[in-house]
Amino acid sequence: MSFERIREKLNILADAAKYDVSCASSGSNRKNTNKGLGNATSMGICHTYTQDGRCVSLLKLLLTNYCIFDCAYCVTRKSNDIKRAAFKVQEVVDLTVNFYRRNYIEGLFLSSGIFKSADYTMERLVAVAKKLRLEENFNGYIHLKSIPGASDALMREAGLYADRLSVNIEIPTKSGLKALAPDKNHSDFIKPMEKVKNEIIQYKSEKKIIKSTPKYAPAGQSTQMIVGASGENDMQIMYTSNQLYKKFNLKRVYYSGYIPISYDKRLPVIGTEVPVLRENRLYQTDWLLRFYGFDIRELLNKSTPNLDLDIDPKLSWALRNLQLFPVDVNKADKMLLARVPGLGMLSVNKILNARRFRALNWDHLKTIGVKLNRARYFITCNSKDFETKDYTAAQLKNVIVNSSNSKYKTAFTGQLTLF
Amino acid sequence: MQQTILTYDGTFNGFLTCIFSCFEQHIKHPIITPNQNFENELFGTPELVITEKKKAERVWKGLNQYLGTAGQNMIYRTFLSELHGIENIMLNVINYTFSAKKNILTDYSDNDVLTLSKTAQKVNREKHRMEAFVRFQLTKDGIYFANVSPDFNVLPLIKTHFTNRYADQKWIIYDLKRHYGLFYDLNSTETITINFDSNTPKKELFTTEEAAYETLWKTYFKSTNIEERVNMALHIKHVPKRYWKYLSEKYL
Repeated sequence: MSFERIREKLNILADAAKYDVSCASSGSNRKNTNKGLGNATSMGICHTYTQDGRCVSLLKLLLTNYCIFDCAYCVTRKSNDIKRAAFKVQEVVDLTVNFYRRNYIEGLFLSSGIFKSADYTMERLVAVAKKLRLEENFNGYIHLKSIPGASDALMREAGLYADRLSVNIEIPTKSGLKALAPDKNHSDFIKPMEKVKNEIIQYKSEKKIIKSTPKYAPAGQSTQMIVGASGENDMQIMYTSNQLYKKFNLKRVYYSGYIPISYDKRLPVIGTEVPVLRENRLYQTDWLLRFYGFDIRELLNKSTPNLDLDIDPKLSWALRNLQLFPVDVNKADKMLLARVPGLGMLSVNKILNARRFRALNWDHLKTIGVKLNRARYFITCNSKDFETKDYTAAQLKNVIVNSSNSKYKTAFTGQLTLF
Repeated sequence: MQQTILTYDGTFNGFLTCIFSCFEQHIKHPIITPNQNFENELFGTPELVITEKKKAERVWKGLNQYLGTAGQNMIYRTFLSELHGIENIMLNVINYTFSAKKNILTDYSDNDVLTLSKTAQKVNREKHRMEAFVRFQLTKDGIYFANVSPDFNVLPLIKTHFTNRYADQKWIIYDLKRHYGLFYDLNSTETITINFDSNTPKKELFTTEEAAYETLWKTYFKSTNIEERVNMALHIKHVPKRYWKYLSEKYL
């Protein structure tokens, strides 16, 4: 096979795979065995970044972009008139190993359009991973897509070679899915997730008894939802996400702002702006759930079904709960500090450590790195100075928004000056 | 009273010997600086401290007692920053440690401790960047070769990572700024220096396969980008321009 042909395939099949957001290479701690090639570091490494600012950690490819399905939101849907291509198993293996040896990548992310049947497709994905692990003695990171409907035996094998398995929900609501992907069922996505979750639990408990039990998908599983394609509100998206985390022990849920790729009347028209800001607010909410001890009902509920776009979700929660503030940074416990706008987890830990040596004042907080432009309205410290004005939530929001330099600021003020 | 100036050979052990001398001779507020950096513009007479491994080890052990391995690591990484005047910040923190007789590295409200912790963090970030941005090219001798010029002297820190990862291929990572490199020969990783012959054209050094994979990598880099979301400010924040010259996907 000629170099030019490989290059063309790489062009088509990397382009088709780029809508998968996940590029994480973290969470697995695979060692290099028998002087083989590679290992996986638990923190992951981003080897470069694309011009859109996304991390490139894995060689992200589709095995093929032939597909028997016709999901409206997907660029490889069968009714779409695009160039099609397919890699041979050995071609993917060669690309991965040679890129890896040059320190371009952490490993492989392999997905695929569905050709012939689920099993036929899954078998080929597994064959690539198997060849890499057994023939090339490759210990780098491998992320495989679980193909909905593949047999249990294949799924089990996949988890033994891969570090992470994922299946994309894509559309957060059942009704949305029905409208955009009539061939697919909600349960098609749920079943493989359930399966992987159970296998992980089973292998983990066996490993406690028999140490030589192999690891099953050590970096867990993840999924992705498209934002802004089928008209759901933030509450629907985040409640689905919250459920997925709880029910299937997912490591990550990714949110992907919909990029218009179709003239289909069911979808936003081509040229519509990608909702990057909304996506950003969803990720912030996701972080508040996983690391800051928030309950989803505090952030999104029937009276506030959508996130504010002009301020971050923690600040909008704080403005709704002004009665809880101010808190004393020298006394408050960790979880309360984590709820103060302008305090990230890094600052919180620094404060907890530093305040054991002396009571902290404004100067200390500033040098530690606390964002005082937001935080100062919500805290007191070892100083006679503190915010004494009694702001209402709306006033305070105004003061903070006007004193901060959000990169999105122009987006809002720009709109106002138009009228 | 004149301020004492201590110069040392630029090695970490040399620096620790200086610390030892400060304690032994009750030198109160010295300036510690590597002798190659020393310029006579400073007032006072420089005193060259001869590196003694035993003295260095005593200081190192003493630090371990209060700061533990993690704390020692922070001190070492700060030293590798090679920043002008960093020795004196480190001296202050070490003095503070021995007088407090406990781990004070989390006292972020102390200016010297905070500077040290921030510097260690910067060095860490550079280490991580080097683990990411090294781009090997396969030479005709079958060695995977990479040039780097990191902001800080991080080669000693990335040695383990690359040795563990690329156990079945020979490789060299060469620091052009500091004129030394790491060479892994399939058994162990050693420090080397190379005299480059700048007249040899690139084509003669590397395999033809090398050029092909570089092209494939560029192809991949281009097609994995989403045009509709281009955000160059973010791109440059993650991949600062000073690293571009060694990144094959960013060559012009």
